[in-house]
Amino acid sequence: MKISSVIAMAAVLLALVGVALFGPNTAINFLVTALIVALAAQGWNLLGGYCGQFSFGHAAFFGTGAYVTAILQSRYGVNAWIGCGCGILAGAAIGTLIGWLSFRAGLRGSYFALITLAFAEVLRIAANAAPITGGGTGLLLKLDMRAANFQFASRGTFCLIVLACVLAVLALTTWIARTKRGAEFAAVRENEDAARALGIDVLVTKLRAMALSGAITAAAGCLYTQYFLYLDSNIAYGSWISVESLLAVIVGGIATPAGPIIGALALHALGEATRLLAGRITGIDLVLFGLILVAATAFAPKGLAGLWNAAQSRRSPRA
Amino acid sequence: MYTPAIVAEAMVNGLLTGAVYALVALGLTLVYGVLHIINFAHGALLTCAMFAVWAASELLGINVYLAIPPLALIFLALGYALQRFVIGPASRGDDANTLLVTLGLSIAIENALLAAFKSDTRTLSGDAAFDVVELGPMLLSRPRLIGFAVALVVALLLWALLRRTDSGKAIRAVAREKMGASLMGIDVRHIYALTFGIGCACLAVAAGLLLPTFYVTPRVGQAFVLVAFTIVVLGGMGSVAGALLGGLLIGVVESLGGLLLGESLGQAGIFVIFILVLLLRPTGLFGARA
Repeated sequence: MKISSVIAMAAVLLALVGVALFGPNTAINFLVTALIVALAAQGWNLLGGYCGQFSFGHAAFFGTGAYVTAILQSRYGVNAWIGCGCGILAGAAIGTLIGWLSFRAGLRGSYFALITLAFAEVLRIAANAAPITGGGTGLLLKLDMRAANFQFASRGTFCLIVLACVLAVLALTTWIARTKRGAEFAAVRENEDAARALGIDVLVTKLRAMALSGAITAAAGCLYTQYFLYLDSNIAYGSWISVESLLAVIVGGIATPAGPIIGALALHALGEATRLLAGRITGIDLVLFGLILVAATAFAPKGLAGLWNAAQSRRSPRA
Repeated sequence: MYTPAIVAEAMVNGLLTGAVYALVALGLTLVYGVLHIINFAHGALLTCAMFAVWAASELLGINVYLAIPPLALIFLALGYALQRFVIGPASRGDDANTLLVTLGLSIAIENALLAAFKSDTRTLSGDAAFDVVELGPMLLSRPRLIGFAVALVVALLLWALLRRTDSGKAIRAVAREKMGASLMGIDVRHIYALTFGIGCACLAVAAGLLLPTFYVTPRVGQAFVLVAFTIVVLGGMGSVAGALLGGLLIGVVESLGGLLLGESLGQAGIFVIFILVLLLRPTGLFGARA
């Protein structure tokens, strides 16, 4: 990595910590939401970026993580930290299950994208109808601000925890990309048949990516629950999180460790700016997101990270 | 508890709805068969067409059925331009890119409609929805009967277009062998755009047939697009006859499912059927190639 990139990342990190410690509540709220989306997008990036399997239904993992911890806490009085652990495991489990069903049936590419979308929608309708999720009225978690409950009086503290999670996954992703498992992901992404010919178990490799991706996105769902203390089926399993986690990766830079974080922060900043400029017209920020997705695919297939790297190598033609 | 007459009526109603579903699916399967892409914006474009029909009827006071031909032409042009100038250049022939570009378009279109029309549910004024025809022991809605007939005629026209005209031959040639067609002097980019335009024109017709008995909201397309995908997979990707049969079948299944299980489960039922079809018969019921 180039010195300039390291400096840029350190500066961004410092700014984020600064906002978390000293920023006004609105800024912290913005940052927490953006970072939760970044975490969900990091999950998407492992599966879609590194392993090449595009999912349109990551809400299935986000919602499962969120609901498992919320239900365990509100209905069974389970400790919040343990609840979140269970939520993450449930995300890995549902990821493996959906992956096992779809990949065993030989679904690839667009078919896989569509079936993940359908799974997320079935879960959304089921969650809206089932009594255990509180149906249409949703679930409210009891306000009890103690660290033992994973609730904090200071929003800044929570923001730092989310930031720590994002950085941990950043490190994990960077590490995995360099291991044999990461090479297997890339091999499956580039050419499944060739990977199989090299003796890679394609199904197991994809399931590993699904489980890991599911767990990370479920963790984002758990953090969402702990921060907002409220959940309904349209938040948990709604298409917004499927779209935003995919979009953040594409905009930030697919199959790059920092891409999802850059993308999530950029998109949320843009969303806020649009709302400020255009007022409260429902959907106007999403119109922009859709157009950005088209434009990013057309003009910047490697996302903002790619643009940054291109600009860096233009400045130092030796590289 | 269900007399044969009620079941028969549900089945016939299912067939009537199924024909319009088939029309939506025809556009999708044609685009898939020729361009080998899944057009994720299909649902959003249908919603767009439904709003156009609504506007033509409510704001301009044009009869719904008279509005269909000009709207079909407009959507033909719109689809042509979309593929030629946006989807084609932006995705550079890569499947994953096409998926992302059409997803982006669908998000943009749907939310632009949301911003313009809010999330209110709109229907056509007038009592066309209650206009019924007595057929033996059954009471059938007249707009739905018209929809059924027109959908079948359009499907037939489409089939004739593909079989009998030069453009149709070129489309089939490109679907079969892109490189070979290009070497024979066929402009592949033009054929791609034309096919996409025809797919959109199908949507405009379907929208005109749906609206007299249905409602429109900015999100209405999502439900239809999954139904259409189910039909396309069921009928075999790219098969026109398969889409027609698949559409009628899904219409009947949905109608009977609604009768036996209630409406709320019917909504989830569509997705469950879709998942089951993909998992169990990804090559379609009629055993087409994958």
